[in-house]
Amino acid sequence: MKKTYYNPEDLKKFEDITDFQEELGEKFFEYYGAVFEEGALTAREKSLIALAVAHAVQCPYCIDAYTTDTLEKGVTEEQMMEAVHVAGAIRGGASLVHSTQMMNQVNKLSM
Amino acid sequence: MKSLKAQKHDLSDPQVQLDVINNHSAKLKALPSFREKLEEMDLFPLRPTGIEIFQINVGYMCNMTCKHCHVDAGPDREEMMSKETFAYCLDALRSSDINIVDLTGGAPEMNPHFRWFVEEVSKMGKHVIVRSNLTILTTTPKYQALPEFFAEHGVEVTCSLPFYSKSRTDRQRGKGTYDKSVQALQTLNEIGYGRDDTGLELNLVYNPAGAFLPGDQGQMEQDFKRELKRKHDIVFNNLFTITNLPISRYLNFLLMSGNLDEYMEKLIMSFNPAAAEGVMCRDTISIGWDGSLYDCDFNQMLEMKTNSETPSHIKDWDEELLNEREIRINQHCFGCTAGAGSSCGGQTT
Ligand code: SF4
Ligand code: SF4
Repeated sequence: MKKTYYNPEDLKKFEDITDFQEELGEKFFEYYGAVFEEGALTAREKSLIALAVAHAVQCPYCIDAYTTDTLEKGVTEEQMMEAVHVAGAIRGGASLVHSTQMMNQVNKLSM
Repeated sequence: MKSLKAQKHDLSDPQVQLDVINNHSAKLKALPSFREKLEEMDLFPLRPTGIEIFQINVGYMCNMTCKHCHVDAGPDREEMMSKETFAYCLDALRSSDINIVDLTGGAPEMNPHFRWFVEEVSKMGKHVIVRSNLTILTTTPKYQALPEFFAEHGVEVTCSLPFYSKSRTDRQRGKGTYDKSVQALQTLNEIGYGRDDTGLELNLVYNPAGAFLPGDQGQMEQDFKRELKRKHDIVFNNLFTITNLPISRYLNFLLMSGNLDEYMEKLIMSFNPAAAEGVMCRDTISIGWDGSLYDCDFNQMLEMKTNSETPSHIKDWDEELLNEREIRINQHCFGCTAGAGSSCGGQTT
C-alpha cells in the first residue's frame, strides 16, 4: 500500500496548525515546551513518559519523535521497551479492571 | 571489515563525499548553505580566534574499523607520519606558545615514533592529549605498557566509549569492544587516571550510535558516571559529547540506511549561532600524517587544505599568517553547530 493516512513528512508541519487558529496553536506550543522542560522530573524522565503515552494513544508521529528523543537522551533500548510495557500494562489493566463491573452484573443477575 | 579505501568504494573519494552532502537529492540542494548561515550572523569569512591546540593526526592505521569512523581508519590503512615530519612539528612547537598538543589517528599509539614524540613534547613542558580507542591498550605487551608511560608524562587520555551498554557499543565499534574498553579503563583507574587527586585526566567521548544527535552533555555525563561506577567501578573526569559529521564511513551509513536527507535537515534546523561562534577550527590547527595543514580533522579527511594564501605544510609554519587565515567551510560544518555545538572537546556552548 503506497498511500496511507500517515505521512512522516507531516510531522514537520505540526507547527502549521497555527495557520488555521493562531492564538490557540501558539498557546499550545508554549505550554508543550514548558511541559518538557527540566522540572521536578528530568527531561529524560519526561521523554520516557512521552514515549510510553505515545504507544498508549498509538500516535505514529509521537512514537517516531520520542524514539529519537529518548535515544538522544541516552536511554537504553531496554528502558524504552520497559516504558512501552508500562503503557501495555496500564492499557491491559484498564480493560481487565472493568471486568469487576462484569462480575458485579453477573452476580446481580445470577441466582 | 575493510576501510572504504581498501574496498575502492566511491565514498573514499573526498570529492564524491562533498558532492553527496551537497547534491544528493533535490531536498539537500534546497537546504540553506553553511556560508549563508554564517553570513546572516556576520561571521563570514570565518577566521581563527587564535590557535591554542595543535592537533596532529599521526596516521590512519587503527586496530579497529568502527562503522561511524570519519577517518576511514583501519588495519589496512598505511598512512603514517614519518619521523622527519614529526621533527617539523617539534620545530613549529618550539617557536610557538601553543601549549596543547592533541594526538589523534587512527590509533595514534600505532605510529612507530609515538613514544619518542610524546617524550619530546613533554620535555618542552607542553600538555599532551592522546585520543585513544582504549581497545589498543589491551592488545600486546607493547601497548599494555602505555598507561604507565602516559602517567609518567602526565598525558591526558581522552577515549572513545560510545555508550555504557555493551550492545550499543559493540554495534558501532565491533564485537568485544565494550569488554576490552572496560578492561582498559580499569587499568587506567588503577594507576590513578580519572581520580580527583592525581592530576591524571581521563575523559570519555560519547558519540551517538546512529542517525541522531547527542543529548545534553551534563546529563549524559551523570548517566555515564553513575552506570560505569555501578557496573564496573570505573571513574573518569569528563564526558565529551560529539556529533557525528556526515563524512566518510558515517556518511556511508547515512546513505545506506536512508537517513541522509533527514540527518542533514536536522543538523541544519538545529543550527545554533552561539555554537558557530565557538567552532573548534577557530582555536585549532590540524596537521595531517604527511605534514599538510588543515582547519580541522574533518577538513583533513575531505582533503580541504588550509586556504591557499597560508602555508599548507608544517615545514612552512607561520603562526601569524595561519591565525589570520580564512577557514574553509562546507555543508559538513553543520555538524559542529547543531544544538549545543560539537568539537573534539565536546559541547561548545
Ligand atoms: S573511530 Fe577511532 S577506533 Fe574506530 S576505526 Fe576510527 S580511528 Fe579507529
Ligand atoms: S567541520 Fe571543521 S571547518 Fe567546519 S566548522 Fe567544524 S571545525 Fe570548522
